[in-house]
Amino acid sequence: MQSTQVSIQVNHETVVREVEPRVLLVHFLRDHAGLTGTHIGCDTSQCGACTVQMDGMTVKSCTVLAVQAEGHHVTTIEGLGSPVSMTPLQKAFTELHALQCGFCTPGMVFAAQALLDRVPDPTEAEVRDALHGNLCRCTGYQNIVDAVLLAARRAAALPAPHTLAETV
Amino acid sequence: MNTASEAMHVPLVGQSVLRREDPKLLTGRGRYTDDVKMPGLTYAAVLRSPHGHARILAIDTSAALEMPGVVGVLTHADLDGRVGDIRPNWVVGDSIVPAHPPLACERVRYVGEAVAFIVAQTRQQAADAVEAISVDYEMLPAVVDEVAALAADAPQLHANVPGNLIGTYKTSGGDYSAAAAAADRLVTLRLLNQRLIPSAMEPRAIRASFDTADERLTIYLPSQVPHMSRRWLAETLRWPEHRIHLVAPDIGGGFGAKMHFYAEEILVAFAARHFDRPVSWTETRSESHVATTHGRAHTELVEAAVKSDGRVLGIKLRSVANMGAYLSNMATGIPTVNTATYVTGNYDIAALDAEVRLVTTNTTPVDAYRGAGRPEAAYIIERTMDAVAEALGIDPLELRRLNLIRADQFPYTPYGHPMIRWDSGNYEGCLEEAARAIGYVEWRERQAGLRAQGRYIGIAVTCYMELVGMGNSRTLSARGFDRGGWESAQVRVHSDGKVTLFSGSMPQGHGHATSFAQIVGDALQLPMDHIDVVQGDTDRVAAGHGTFNSRSMSVGGSAAHTAAKNILAKATLIAAAMLEAAPEAIGYASGTFFVTGEPQRRVNFAQVARMAHVANKLPVGMAAGLDETVFYEPKGMNTPNGSHAARVEVDIETGEVTILDYVAVDDIGTLINPMLCHGQMQGGLAQGIGQALYEGVDYDESGQLLSGSLLDYAVPKSDQVPRMRTSFQVTPSPTNPLGVKGIGEAGCVAAPPVIVSAVCDALRSFGIQHIDMPMTPPKVWRAIQEARRAATPTRSST
Repeated sequence: MQSTQVSIQVNHETVVREVEPRVLLVHFLRDHAGLTGTHIGCDTSQCGACTVQMDGMTVKSCTVLAVQAEGHHVTTIEGLGSPVSMTPLQKAFTELHALQCGFCTPGMVFAAQALLDRVPDPTEAEVRDALHGNLCRCTGYQNIVDAVLLAARRAAALPAPHTLAETV
Repeated sequence: MNTASEAMHVPLVGQSVLRREDPKLLTGRGRYTDDVKMPGLTYAAVLRSPHGHARILAIDTSAALEMPGVVGVLTHADLDGRVGDIRPNWVVGDSIVPAHPPLACERVRYVGEAVAFIVAQTRQQAADAVEAISVDYEMLPAVVDEVAALAADAPQLHANVPGNLIGTYKTSGGDYSAAAAAADRLVTLRLLNQRLIPSAMEPRAIRASFDTADERLTIYLPSQVPHMSRRWLAETLRWPEHRIHLVAPDIGGGFGAKMHFYAEEILVAFAARHFDRPVSWTETRSESHVATTHGRAHTELVEAAVKSDGRVLGIKLRSVANMGAYLSNMATGIPTVNTATYVTGNYDIAALDAEVRLVTTNTTPVDAYRGAGRPEAAYIIERTMDAVAEALGIDPLELRRLNLIRADQFPYTPYGHPMIRWDSGNYEGCLEEAARAIGYVEWRERQAGLRAQGRYIGIAVTCYMELVGMGNSRTLSARGFDRGGWESAQVRVHSDGKVTLFSGSMPQGHGHATSFAQIVGDALQLPMDHIDVVQGDTDRVAAGHGTFNSRSMSVGGSAAHTAAKNILAKATLIAAAMLEAAPEAIGYASGTFFVTGEPQRRVNFAQVARMAHVANKLPVGMAAGLDETVFYEPKGMNTPNGSHAARVEVDIETGEVTILDYVAVDDIGTLINPMLCHGQMQGGLAQGIGQALYEGVDYDESGQLLSGSLLDYAVPKSDQVPRMRTSFQVTPSPTNPLGVKGIGEAGCVAAPPVIVSAVCDALRSFGIQHIDMPMTPPKVWRAIQEARRAATPTRSST
């Protein structure tokens, strides 16, 4: 299949590669841009592990062709905080043990951040609804939901709604 | 010379220390197998059988070999005589092992069975080329149901397995016949424990390269059992084990499915050498649904011998377990040893008579999936207790109280079996707390009033126990395992006093880098950041068995603890030599050795470590270095247990179930890191709730998998799992020095019976006593309609 040149702004850097038109954005990011923080958990757009931001909107990068992202701005998890400088949401995730294997986590962080950007003080039901498109097999979601609520309350400088039960 | 390490050591065990793993995983810096880069990497794809059962007449790869970028193709003919069969590692009793070549030979026996393996320069080229392989099949009749497969006229899968019967396993204790004769009632029920797809979010992935100069294979594999995976590869490929370097990097969930031995592992390794290229293969999710092992899949007939006063005298079990088309790694052990042994549950039941038939069918192989037999056992006994309560008109909570094993009966010998012990517990404590927390008495009262208003509320409190922490080695061998039951730990103290633990356990999200450092930190009274944990690399970790059967903490953690204690013993002798005092006079606290009564005579841990390496003032005859390796053999297995309670509501117009409250009271012995324990429990519960309400696998009669993608298989979503109130009671296990029990699987064991029990309780007024899992809205709705029809007097047609 004929390759075509694609240029995408990834984490504020221009990435230009020759790829086949059928190459998905997620494969472009992982195989061609070398950014493996975006994960592939399914082939039917159910799991949300590949969720990234494109021009500020969350997208599942398995539903976008690389050629469709030509000229657009894509933010991957590598562009959202670093191990020594995590975002408030990422900090809340670690404080409330909202990840175990970590495979769904990058997508989960993007889905949750999108909610907080839209609804700064969501209810638990709103959080659960917003994460509906992101599957996690490890946590049972409870700590993820609580982490999102904690980040929201902190941003609003309100007391945290839940803290993880540490009593035996 | 006070250093940070000499600050008073605050015990780490028992603290919810935040995970060291998180910052990298939260910022995309994790490294999973498919992230590993290798120069010149090629991509493989597997041609799989589209048929449940068919004869292979011919395979033509010529067109595929002409496709752009194709490096080569492998079929059975290329492997024949050079690669062995896939062998199970646990063969119970006299089970027959059918031949299982990595690529199908003459016949395919399930949809998804590997037929050909193609390697190309890009992912896309491999996907294109696999389509160009043509296979002539002659269709054969298939059988997918385990009971149907035992029929005399059922299609036969393997020439050496007459009647599709792999084997029959029996276990018993006490005298069931006498119990049945003494019983006032025999209560019977038929249960299905449906087939499940484990569904770790990271699909399986493999990368391998072969160094022809060193004749050495490097393979990346997300294996829960890295050293065993290496052994199985070496044995099957007939390559020397010391020339295989297996790395298990970050693993995106395992749940049992990533501890088995798969065709693709053999094929990728073989191809890397055969084609002299680094080869990668990564499963797609839909491929995973047919090519990665499934779980559960039993049909069970239960009979309980009971007295009118509610005492259960004995349990008789007759079950049929679906093994799938071939025997996967631990398949024969799951419905037998891992289920039948535990079907008397938390109760003092004197007699057991169990017989399990293992059956081969035209389906994906079934093997251990989180819980691995104990969810089935807990479901059997808890559904039985509900049926007994209903039959005798006794409140189900009261019936459980009446039969529970009391705290003073531990160590408890179930049904008088000479080989089996439940180590410890306080079952009443968990049961009463769960009943209190859910508001059992209050909701029993409110239930009737709400029903009058058309609201169908159900409440239930059920129990579970399991036996986990496999070994020891002799016990496993006696039960048919071809593996040891020990775990290794090497604690290496560097010359600056910093410590590396090399552990044979293998996390897949469990947080070992944190929790194992807590254990070693306490044993050595050193801060967390002085201790690193290395796992998942067969060149760095000398030996190991890995993570399964909730064994990491009780076996691997105890190994780490023991090795660290040995370090301290040697370091004490070195300190004595340095301080010119008798070893008995040396005390140790918070990183400092001192002469008892003379605290000014002291050396710190780092100074002792340095001396161990410089070695110029060691006791006579002592070898240099401060490095201890332990192969820890557990004394026995341990019994996590608990009681869970649920309050649910059923919408009788739609059949939809809502979980209004969920309470978990668990006793897993000492908690190393409570935060991680709550997390393990919640995650296990979500999978157990998934089994109870959502998840199920369907095949059609020809063996086509109907739940072949995440569109059709219902992994629970964020709005389908309720808030869970998890809590712990602590009865330390006497079987290990940490007092711990397993936590990894308990949630999955506990949840299905309590949810089913609560839903049936909600629908009791319809006369509904049982609905098979998954209790999806259509199934619940149909059960209500059928119950209503049955309750309506039939009108005669005139």
